[in-house]
Amino acid sequence: MSGPNDNYDPKQVSALSEEAVDGFVADALAAIEAATDTGALKQARGAHMGDKSPLALANREIGALPPAARKEVGRRIGEARGRVAQAAAARQEELAAAELEASLVAERVDMTLPVELAPEGALHPVTAMIEKMTDVFVGLGYEVAEGPELETEWHNFDALNLPEDHPARGLQDTLWVEPMTDHKLLRTQTSPVQIRALLERGVPLYVISPGKVFRSDEYDATHLPVFHQLEGLVVDKGISMADLRGTLDHLAKALFGDVETRMRPHFFPFTEPSAEVDLQCFVCHGASVGNPDRPCRTCRSEGWIEWLGCGVVNPRVLQACGVDSDVYSGFAFGLGIERTIMNRNGAPDIRDFVEGDIRFSRSLLGGAR
Amino acid sequence: MKAPISWLRELANIPAEATAESIADKFTRLGLTVEHIEHVGSPVTGPLVVGRVLSRTDEPQKNGKTVHYCRVDVGDEHNDPATDEYPASRGIVCGAHNFEPGDLVVVALPGCVLPGDFAISARKTYGHLSDGMICAEDEIGLGDDHAGIMVLDHGTPGQDAIELLWTRDEVLDIDVTPDLSHCLSIRGLAREAAAAHDVSYQDRYQLPLPQPQSEGHPVELASERCAAFAAVTVEGVDPTAPSPKFIVDRLRACGVRSISLAVDVTNYVMLESGQPLHAYDADKLQGPIRVRMAEPGERLVTLDGQTRALDADDLLITDDTGPIGMAGVMGGETTEVSGTTQRIVLEAAAFDAASVSRTARRHGLLSEASKRFERKVDPALGHAAALRAAKLITQYGGGLIGPETFVGAAPARRIIKLRAGLVSQVLGTEISDSDVVRILASAGLGVTALGDSLTLEVPTWRPDLVDPYDVVEEVGSKFGYDRIGKTLPVAPTGGGRTARQAARLDVLRAVAQLGFTQTLTLPFMGDDDLARLRLGEDDDRRLPVRLASPLSDAQPYLRTSLLPGLFRAVSTNLSRSITDLALFEEGACFVDQGVPAAPRPSVAQRPSDEEIAALDASLPLQPKRLAAVVTGQWIPAGVHGAGERADWRHVVAFAEAAAKSVGVRLRRVQVDDVQPWHPGRTAELFAGDVSLGYAGELHPLVVEAFGLPPHTCAVELTLDALLDAAPGSGRIGPLRTAPVAKEDVALIVEESVAAADVEQALRDGGGELLESVHLFDVFTGEQIGAGRKSLAFALRIRSDATLTDADAAVVRQNAVAAAAERFGAVQRA
Repeated sequence: MSGPNDNYDPKQVSALSEEAVDGFVADALAAIEAATDTGALKQARGAHMGDKSPLALANREIGALPPAARKEVGRRIGEARGRVAQAAAARQEELAAAELEASLVAERVDMTLPVELAPEGALHPVTAMIEKMTDVFVGLGYEVAEGPELETEWHNFDALNLPEDHPARGLQDTLWVEPMTDHKLLRTQTSPVQIRALLERGVPLYVISPGKVFRSDEYDATHLPVFHQLEGLVVDKGISMADLRGTLDHLAKALFGDVETRMRPHFFPFTEPSAEVDLQCFVCHGASVGNPDRPCRTCRSEGWIEWLGCGVVNPRVLQACGVDSDVYSGFAFGLGIERTIMNRNGAPDIRDFVEGDIRFSRSLLGGAR
Repeated sequence: MKAPISWLRELANIPAEATAESIADKFTRLGLTVEHIEHVGSPVTGPLVVGRVLSRTDEPQKNGKTVHYCRVDVGDEHNDPATDEYPASRGIVCGAHNFEPGDLVVVALPGCVLPGDFAISARKTYGHLSDGMICAEDEIGLGDDHAGIMVLDHGTPGQDAIELLWTRDEVLDIDVTPDLSHCLSIRGLAREAAAAHDVSYQDRYQLPLPQPQSEGHPVELASERCAAFAAVTVEGVDPTAPSPKFIVDRLRACGVRSISLAVDVTNYVMLESGQPLHAYDADKLQGPIRVRMAEPGERLVTLDGQTRALDADDLLITDDTGPIGMAGVMGGETTEVSGTTQRIVLEAAAFDAASVSRTARRHGLLSEASKRFERKVDPALGHAAALRAAKLITQYGGGLIGPETFVGAAPARRIIKLRAGLVSQVLGTEISDSDVVRILASAGLGVTALGDSLTLEVPTWRPDLVDPYDVVEEVGSKFGYDRIGKTLPVAPTGGGRTARQAARLDVLRAVAQLGFTQTLTLPFMGDDDLARLRLGEDDDRRLPVRLASPLSDAQPYLRTSLLPGLFRAVSTNLSRSITDLALFEEGACFVDQGVPAAPRPSVAQRPSDEEIAALDASLPLQPKRLAAVVTGQWIPAGVHGAGERADWRHVVAFAEAAAKSVGVRLRRVQVDDVQPWHPGRTAELFAGDVSLGYAGELHPLVVEAFGLPPHTCAVELTLDALLDAAPGSGRIGPLRTAPVAKEDVALIVEESVAAADVEQALRDGGGELLESVHLFDVFTGEQIGAGRKSLAFALRIRSDATLTDADAAVVRQNAVAAAAERFGAVQRA
């Protein structure tokens, strides 16, 4: 391969001969073809297309030719340079594509490697479930009422029409504050919040009150002394049991999808009539009832799962809050958050709700599912 | 309450085609939830028959035992034909000795399956074909007796022993709610079942109450807590007479053990009628029965053999010797009926519900009787129940019903006036007047229609029906709640969550997003927690609320801090080999700063504003707090490097994320004497001038006391204060687009000077052109000098127009000058 001329030497005009130019082109194409990466190609371009390349030098020598010869030689050299430039561009494109291809291969990473920029945090399932239910009621225009967890006996029992001698007032059921003569306790239900809402907000009233409640209960696989409830209270003109049924149906559908509910009579001092609502078992759909060959653990082969308590607000409760029970009526309901989660999501040991094992809260990825 | 179907059918004409399941479903829909249906009867299947032992040949064996080859007459159907050697019978080998030829025994024939899947077949043994088995009690699941084989006192060979020994029945286990006290009896349940099946019902206990009479054992009522007392004497009873089989079977089905005829009958009548009864040995009674309150120091040995110290609030049955029973709860030992009792006084009384309840709970004696009394027993029932018991005793034990005493008055029947239309209005569905009348009449109410209202006469067994709403419930529950329509009321004002409620949720989500896992631990603590937190004497976390009956004596207080609960959660995780932890909790703490007792205003009307204020003022402080704890690795070592240890930065980040989520920028101030924190690694957290709490590493002694891993870090702040500090609004100004001038400064200050303070000085000195200050290096070393450090800050300076170098230098100089003035900061050369 011939290198570029070091110095301009007008005597070497033989460089303009056709053979010479073809030789330059052949050298250049060979060098371009031989370049295996864009770096080598750049070098080849400098040698064969740069200012001091044979073709460039030859081009410069055209001026020394007699005018009659210039045209012919000019065309030949121009054509030669064009061929070389085209080959270089093509080669450039080819090499750049190959190099990109190679670098993409080289840059490959295992995108399944763990990514741990922070620990996996999570809301407690109880928090998530309360907020999910709250969203359902906020959508109906309800407000969220709150109240203290340590309550007065008046708010928790008296105003709710619980008889003076009712066993629920006993130490076996209720966590009282010492001394008991102070008439203070840890609320056994979120109903005192409803009393507060009635006293503070008056009627008409559409509220839910989620929160922590306390019972003097055993601590075992199915009982907690501290758990969470969500209660609802509606007081307005003409509110009836039919409104209660429609509202609970709405909630059941939002939480459990298209599931059947059953409302049966029950007893609570603060509602009259009172009822309990069962969900049809979403595991066996009732197929296990009277069918010992297909027992269902979820509903204990009863076909229904107890879900919540509810009823029409006892007029005495309204009176204690100064609401005219001849004009206004209401309904109330209350359900256990932990039980609802156990119904929906499993959680076979209720103690896991309070022991703080991070695997528990992370099970549902911090959401209500 | 357990209810055998056969018993219900005896009292109510339930249609024959009704099954236990269909009856159970009707009860459940009435609010009498059937928890489950139990099938009682024989656990034996296949041929189990009565046999008569015809002959018994004793055959001593080499091992010293003697077995008997018996020929047993098991009835024509089962006997092998007679042969020259034996009459018609079967040959059976038996190892027991307690029977003789001529005895009636129970024989399991081949094909019979005994409890435990023990299948009987003919087999060759001891040189004979043993063609069945002569059974002991325990082998057929009838009892625990394996002393010998069972010898029957009646029966005929070949008779089905399953029919003879067991009664098949189905038993409903019903959860009776407190209001439906009448359903704590077969009588009440049968009435409900009859109404539910629309069949007639005859109450065998609805006798008119007698006039007071005193021919029987004398009775004196010396307390208003006993409204009526019937005492019926039964004389000449055979004390050895056994209880009839149907009584024993039904008692067993209801979970009551058979004891003796007299005791069994009182239990039987109680289950049937709902009226608890007591049987006294009349010959052991000394003088009249007197119902009175206990006197100081009195004691009673109850039937269970326990000596009970009586309380002045206990209602007693006494005679001349003193207490002989706790009224409505349990009788005493001294007057107990025994195997020789021939004269019995039956007691059936109406005791005050609340009094019995308190006594039963005080003495831990929740008996079948007290359970019924505390829910109110039909006050007009006693006399009829005592008579029924007396009849059963004399029917099966001989003797005569003697004279009666009846003291007390028949209660008046309650009258309720019901406005027509109330039922339909409350239930939200139209129920016709005729349906209302039909439903109430079938429940035993007297109904009189007058104009547009109904006058209802409530039977004595329905103490739960007091006001019109109770009647609405009665009608609604029997009409069926599932027949009521569904409407969805929507609130007139769509308030939704308040800004504060939404902000709280933002906080929880922000810290969870950051990497913390929420716990909801039990909110109790103890003295050892206070000590381990090293709290000073005047710390208000040392003012806990104490519970009257804590779940654990070690934790009698409500929490004043979230930290001990979080520490316990850390321990739980560590014990399960989960060591990388970032936990948080949000919730109320309780501080008793000295508040008065709570008043109890009347519930007849709305309390006055003063009363409401007094109620609120009686409650201790219940601040909502937010706390977190971190230990182990924040990011575990892995493919991307060595990971990151959890340290003080992560709890600070927790606080900052919480604050930022509600629009608050936290300020941190170094503090060195706050518990339970490390003196050199703690910051107090401020929103403006309001202190929210602390974050940092825990004091090593606290770490040790709670058994936490070394260098565990924590943060606790008062969420209420943070939410109070949340701004309601903010401003967005114009964004400067001119080129930024970057200047670095290195300042040497005393080691004790807080970096945040130097940074603040730079900001203050640099003024509004100083866009940002970023600390990028802290350096200590010989070049700087002992006790000093170099802080390197990157300053970004920007104006509305391009700054000259000189302009930028002025800003920088002003910033440095402020740091120099406040902290003696010197620019590092």
